[in-house]
Amino acid sequence: MPAADPAVKNAKNNASSRLPDLKPVEKIALFRQMLIIRRFEEKAKQAFTQGKIKGFCHLYNGQEAVAVGTISVLNEDDAVITAYRDHAHALTRGSDPNACMAELFGRITGCSRGKGGSMHFFDAKRHFYGGHGIVGGQIPLGTGLAFAQKYLGTSRVTLAYMGDGAINQGSVHEAMNLAALWKLPVVYIIENNEYSMGTSQARSSAGDPLTKRAGAFDMAAIQANGMDIDDVRAKTFEAVSLARTESLPTLMEIRTYRYFGHSMSDPGKYRSKEEIEARRRNDPIELYKARLIEQKVATEESLNAIDEEALAIAQASYDFADQSADPEIETVFEDIFAPEDQIAEFRPSPHG
Amino acid sequence: MPTLTYREALNQALSEEMERDERVMLMGEEVAEYDGAYKVSEGLLKKFGPKRIIDTPISETGFSGLAVGAAMYGLRPIVEFMTWSFSLVAYDQIVNNAAQVRYMSGGQFSVPIVFRGSSGGGLQVGATHSHTPENWYANVPALTVITPAFPDDAKGLLKSAIRSNNPVCFLENEKLYGYKDDVPEGEYLTEIGKARVRREGSDFTIVSNSGSTHRALNAAAKLAEEGINAEVIDLRTIKPLDFDTIAASVSRTNRLLIVEENKPFAGWGAQVAYQVQRELFDDLDAPVHRVTSLDVPQPYNGRLEQAVLPNEDRIIAAVRELLA
Repeated sequence: MPAADPAVKNAKNNASSRLPDLKPVEKIALFRQMLIIRRFEEKAKQAFTQGKIKGFCHLYNGQEAVAVGTISVLNEDDAVITAYRDHAHALTRGSDPNACMAELFGRITGCSRGKGGSMHFFDAKRHFYGGHGIVGGQIPLGTGLAFAQKYLGTSRVTLAYMGDGAINQGSVHEAMNLAALWKLPVVYIIENNEYSMGTSQARSSAGDPLTKRAGAFDMAAIQANGMDIDDVRAKTFEAVSLARTESLPTLMEIRTYRYFGHSMSDPGKYRSKEEIEARRRNDPIELYKARLIEQKVATEESLNAIDEEALAIAQASYDFADQSADPEIETVFEDIFAPEDQIAEFRPSPHG
Repeated sequence: MPTLTYREALNQALSEEMERDERVMLMGEEVAEYDGAYKVSEGLLKKFGPKRIIDTPISETGFSGLAVGAAMYGLRPIVEFMTWSFSLVAYDQIVNNAAQVRYMSGGQFSVPIVFRGSSGGGLQVGATHSHTPENWYANVPALTVITPAFPDDAKGLLKSAIRSNNPVCFLENEKLYGYKDDVPEGEYLTEIGKARVRREGSDFTIVSNSGSTHRALNAAAKLAEEGINAEVIDLRTIKPLDFDTIAASVSRTNRLLIVEENKPFAGWGAQVAYQVQRELFDDLDAPVHRVTSLDVPQPYNGRLEQAVLPNEDRIIAAVRELLA
């Protein structure tokens, strides 16, 4: 990993309190959540291959410790927003795996009623603001969520995720400038899986590490090892504390790796099988499993039983999605406009 | 009834709605300490303070997207573009985020936001600063597009737009900011989606919007001296289109001229012409005629620009063809 950026110390200096130690049951919950994502994604891959999932489908395998580790230090009413590789964030936020798989199948029971698809999961009840398809386009939105959290006098914070490819979009830099200028409680998280689609970081981004981009805005920056959930948690806790107590933004770069292609349509010619195999040996779930056994938090058997449970959840979500109905044609005209309550409705029926 | 400029009417609408609802805030370039590049927000910083009247950096993508996120969270932001020509830098945030989030989320999130600012040509500011982008936004299903032509409508429609729970593009006209007319005081709401007959007549109908409504009315006044009586409909809202008002007039006058400042290809007038031929074919005594800007980038030179814009001469020439 590259040397830490000088801005890193800003974050460390401002951390207000220590990350509380996890109870054994909480550690096992993190392990379970990562496995649910892994098995869910594998099931989605299978369904895509069977032609049950259409369009684009971006899988999260290899990156599980990022979503689970970061979201584990949030409060339930904090906000989360991400790009199109969004299944894990929704699941970790507490979205029903059945509703998530149904969305991939385009069913009416899906988390976006079959209108969003893989790239556009949403869950208002769990403060999950999507699931956005344009690289970097969600970062101004996440900044706006934090703006509203501050405007309304809450002590909530926003986690705004992006891939490493997004860091070269103007929208990201414009948003970071505003967040630093206006002191907004937002944590920007680059999930750096080393490839923006098929283009490696070396071929797309000048300057390493990517946290250097925060320096121009005098913004705190911090890096984490995305294969180690404990490191992800510790670093995210510092950034979240800074946002919650000082209302200051942080740019996090979490180094991770995705095992499958950019999307299911990616033949993956830009990297070798050997590279992928080597990276798989540093798997975040296996690493955490070994740690839990070493710490005598759990036995191998009990953790394997959790895997059985995760497989069953994934299968159940598949069955639920497969048995759910397609949306009725009439629903194509629904959800375009919010009902008016301060002025008269003024739109003719879209059927017209 | 007090007489106000178009600018003062907009200012009054902003002020009244901000007093009414704490969640309403205004952000944009130079809206606060400078009092607005066109003085629409004059005095608002003093009245509401920097928490709610917010100067932004020159960063349209950033602050437009930020405002969309804030709207998803429950605020009711008003975003000022110094001119709508600059909205192109924020097009992704308006089209892909403001306009799609509700649908893509299956109705879970709303975006109560107003994007507003000046637009239009005629001030010799060249090709990058003279756009009339109402067509570009009206093509996006979930966007409402409003283009007021008179001070009373500017006030009444802006108040309605701020109270809407959906994204609204509110395109003011730079040349109209100083136009004076009667404006009702206090609670005055104009219904969105309703056109207004600004001049009654029986010989033919003109449908126009924004600055072109004034061009149409001026041409109509000249034609009246010859005994030709035009009915002039000001659309006010581009989308949703008030076709009923157009149809009621055209089925009586049997002739239609469309006057719009947009470039001609796929302008809103093309949509009106389509609907009229589709639904009122038997009522027409002549083909629908249309005067638009010429299909060229906006030139700087004043003589050239006047030739590009729809002007009274071209309107009158079109009327003679229409009545021939």
